[in-house]
Amino acid sequence: MSYRKQEITKGIDWLLLWLWLLLCSIGILAIFAVTYKDGDSVIQALVGFKTDYSKQFYFFGLSFIIGVFILLTDSKFFTATATIWYLLGIIMLLLVFPFGSNVRGTESIIRIGGFQFQPAEFCKICVCLALAKYLSQPQRDLGRTKTQLVAASIVLLPAIISVMQSETGLALVYFSFFIVMYREGLSSMILIVGFSVAVMVVATLLIEKSTLFFFLTSLALVTIYFLRRQVKKKKAVLFSVLFIWLLCVSIQRFAVPFFFKQVLKPHQVERIFSTIGKDVPVEYSLDGGIVAKNKDVHYNVKQSKIAIGSGGFFGKGLLKGTQTRYDFVPEQRTDFIFCAIGEGFGFMGSFVLIGLYVLLLFRIILLAERQRSTFSRSYAYGVAAVFFFHIIINITMTVGLAPVIGIPLPFLSYGGTSLLTNSILLFILARLDADRQMGMR
Amino acid sequence: MSAFNQSRSYIIKLVFLISFFIVLVQLFYMQVVSNKYEKLAHDLSVYPKIIYPERGIIYDRNGKAILNNSIMYDLMVTPAEVKNIDTLEFCNIMEMDTAEFKNRINDAIFKNSKVRPSVFEDLLPTYLQARFEENSWKFPGFVLVQRPIRTYPFNAAAHILGYIGEADTAQIRRTGNFYRMGDYVGKNGIEASYENILMGQRGVQYLIRDNKNRLVGAYQKGTLDTVAIAGRSLRTYIDIEVQQLAEKLLSNKVGAIVAIEPKTGGIIAMASGPNFNPNDLTGPDKSKNFAKLQLDVSAPMLNRAIKGQYPPGSTIKILGAITALDEGIITEKFGYNCNGRYFSCGIGKPACSHHNIGHAANLRMAIANSCNSYFTHLYRMTVDNPKYKNVKEGYTVWQNYMNSFGLGVKLGIDLPSEDKGNIPDTVVYNKDYRSRWNSCTNLTLGIGQDKMLATPLQLANAMCIIANKGFYITPHFVSKIDGETAADTVLNRYRTKHEISAKISDSLYEIVIGGMQDVVERGTAGNARIPGITVCGKTGTAENKKVIDGKVIQLADHSFFVCFAPRENPKIAIAIVVENSGFGNTWAAPIAKMIMEKYLNDSLSTESQTKWLDYISSKNLLPSYLKRLQTKTDSVRAFDWFKLTKDSSYIKKYKRTNKISDKGSKNKKERKVQTSSTAALLPKKHF
Repeated sequence: MSYRKQEITKGIDWLLLWLWLLLCSIGILAIFAVTYKDGDSVIQALVGFKTDYSKQFYFFGLSFIIGVFILLTDSKFFTATATIWYLLGIIMLLLVFPFGSNVRGTESIIRIGGFQFQPAEFCKICVCLALAKYLSQPQRDLGRTKTQLVAASIVLLPAIISVMQSETGLALVYFSFFIVMYREGLSSMILIVGFSVAVMVVATLLIEKSTLFFFLTSLALVTIYFLRRQVKKKKAVLFSVLFIWLLCVSIQRFAVPFFFKQVLKPHQVERIFSTIGKDVPVEYSLDGGIVAKNKDVHYNVKQSKIAIGSGGFFGKGLLKGTQTRYDFVPEQRTDFIFCAIGEGFGFMGSFVLIGLYVLLLFRIILLAERQRSTFSRSYAYGVAAVFFFHIIINITMTVGLAPVIGIPLPFLSYGGTSLLTNSILLFILARLDADRQMGMR
Repeated sequence: MSAFNQSRSYIIKLVFLISFFIVLVQLFYMQVVSNKYEKLAHDLSVYPKIIYPERGIIYDRNGKAILNNSIMYDLMVTPAEVKNIDTLEFCNIMEMDTAEFKNRINDAIFKNSKVRPSVFEDLLPTYLQARFEENSWKFPGFVLVQRPIRTYPFNAAAHILGYIGEADTAQIRRTGNFYRMGDYVGKNGIEASYENILMGQRGVQYLIRDNKNRLVGAYQKGTLDTVAIAGRSLRTYIDIEVQQLAEKLLSNKVGAIVAIEPKTGGIIAMASGPNFNPNDLTGPDKSKNFAKLQLDVSAPMLNRAIKGQYPPGSTIKILGAITALDEGIITEKFGYNCNGRYFSCGIGKPACSHHNIGHAANLRMAIANSCNSYFTHLYRMTVDNPKYKNVKEGYTVWQNYMNSFGLGVKLGIDLPSEDKGNIPDTVVYNKDYRSRWNSCTNLTLGIGQDKMLATPLQLANAMCIIANKGFYITPHFVSKIDGETAADTVLNRYRTKHEISAKISDSLYEIVIGGMQDVVERGTAGNARIPGITVCGKTGTAENKKVIDGKVIQLADHSFFVCFAPRENPKIAIAIVVENSGFGNTWAAPIAKMIMEKYLNDSLSTESQTKWLDYISSKNLLPSYLKRLQTKTDSVRAFDWFKLTKDSSYIKKYKRTNKISDKGSKNKKERKVQTSSTAALLPKKHF
């Protein structure tokens, strides 16, 4: 027994697990704070599996058990089965089409008994493993186009399936894996260009057409003016500037409208506009200019900002936040759980929570950098990237800096699949890290 | 290979840090720098519930509550909780049809959402409330909620006490948002003028409300709450029995009665006819009744005692006499040779009702017989007094006397919107007659006609001055505020004597008072005689004209009587106007007699009871033109309504009887619209 115990705990990064435990506890507390009704018997409710915090508590227990099992597993298991996991994940994603049920406007949920299961969440683990496995193969070189394309497809395949299931938020999460590829040698030029195109697309959706055109044109002219000396020497500079300008304008004028009108279905268009918090423009709505209103989204953000903003420096205290306790913020158990921290514990609480998250992310990166195997390192970066994306998008959404994209806050938001997925991601990392001395793979 | 890209880990870390830094800056701004969100959250989630204190009670001089508080019930509904009820039974009990029921439920949901209680029916009549209470267990989601209302136990003094109503926007703005929408506030009468005292002090209870606006508990455990302080009660001079009698006597008459206690200026009774029952404006039908009163052309809501401006007629002669005596123009021995008309201005006007020579042989007799020629001459002598440079100066002196007797000025009674009557200024005559006028021009001022106007209150107050021999206290109702402190300055102005500007000696008053005694004992006001009490009075009969249907028509005279009694120790001064009824002695004098009896003797004499009470109170003296005017205005309104809404349901009522609108609509178009509209409506009826 003692031998085994030593075996499990040996090399485990305790800080990582303590952080996990702390964040999960904060999560249960936050869910408790927003769902507790006066007069509930806390202990009874916690055991009873009736209230949300009790459910989250049980999911936390389940995560712990699964975590122990993962720690008991040989780390070679994950490298060996990564591809299988990936296939399994894709199949599960596809299973949503025949068996999925529509909940809250998304079609990405499978019901098993009384439980709802979200394959798109779970698939993150698979992609993380598969990408790490692919990148760890010695012949792969992210400087080569073929490797780039395969890696991108591994990542984007589930993203595309998710988009088809109207789960835009989670689809975006898969883009975070480009951080892993960047770390493993993907040219930063590609990322910059990709990022720029993404910015162009978003700008097209957000900014009025002619305004954006005017802005782009004047930007191009100013650039030419400042580069006039180089332009005199080399005509190519002028042409490249003009080419970039033309590319931007064509994205703005033709590519995006084409994509929205011809490729996407009306409800998907609506969904995309609703995630960025705007009404569908008349030109994209097929039902004769009837504009779908997104009052809900505006309302959510407004209420969330009020709740967080009213917290002040020290917060109103646990269970004393009027906004979160009395359901002013919709979805406050799940996507808007940060409001509970912001209102109840104020700037101090938010600062501490964000501090914990930063600590977690930096710890993961530290673990990643001390790995000797590419698999472990890639995997660790994958975990860091996924967590980072979730955290930053979720919090910026609740404070009104980013459009409302419905993705949960890791370890805090209510939701079994999310908690399990994130815990499994973390425990696999802990296992891999514990075995970092086992040699290069 | 890993070492190759290791520097990139720093870049990734940097990106992470910058992102979180931006979030922290935004958080710092929202939570620490800006207080906008805190305020918004407070507005959203904290509901300051106003606790309304009980309004103060108003008592009469004998301690009877004449304006009290009572409870009625509103039926509230929470639509979400209305489940599995027998709608038909409910409708039967509440006397409505199912369509109406559905309408009201939908209305409640629309206005106030499904989960919040809203008013289903306000101010349930008592029998409905009792019936609902018996069956309430069958109807979940419906509850009765207490609602305090004002009640007038004696069904009297509507004009004096006033009523309360919801504060309007103008009022809310005027008070700097002290009142809120839906607050009740005194709208008229004492309710309005003593609003600050009657309303008490509102309390605030801070409650937390949730996203559906349901109240869920106390905010900060109620530590910020304030307690409501009940309104203070008022003690008045009103004698509610006299008041009731006065109102009874004025029923079916247009006119006013004011009775004042001369020593205190306290008003014993003030009635105005036509009258209304104040309780009509508190119960379930209050808005219906209010509209009805508003649309009545006889203006029952007008308090004619302070807003009715009448030519005072002969009642003014007493004041003319005192003025002349004080100015030293005449002595009590002065006589005027009147043979039925006044010829000094050459036109033989005014006429006098007495022809026998010698009826104005001295002042006393002139007052007793109310000789027009005598007092016209007196007025002219006063104005043309050689002491003054010219007629304008003389007139100004006369005017000042009248003003100091309280005519042509606002007295400052504790009721809102008192009228000031009219004693015309020289400016008016200068303008009308291009400055060329003399005492003959406006000689009828001496007998209370011409441009002279006075309210019944002013006349009663003038009686007080004579009864008090030279001073008055501003007429008022409230004698005392319960729990009065030095900070309550509102009553101070009703506790100071107003000496009239000219110091007139008591003996001069005695002369006039003697004349007034003669008026009752052997003069024009025999009907006001009370055995055992020396009544001093003066009748008045004022001519009046009215424009009806574009023609000036001389209507029956207004009947006036002013008096005070007893002579030795005046306890009551009265002014009475009965519009378009004839001589002062016929109607006004017996009314005064009964009021004095009631107040001084506490009961009516047998003579009054048998001869006068029923005779006067049942007599309908409403001018006949009112009926016609009512039909006319109603039909015009119906036509306007039709033009506005194309709803001819009102117009039909007047279509047959009213020929004015047909005649009136001379152009063909208008007539066409009217006929086609009724035609268009006919098939509708078959639906």
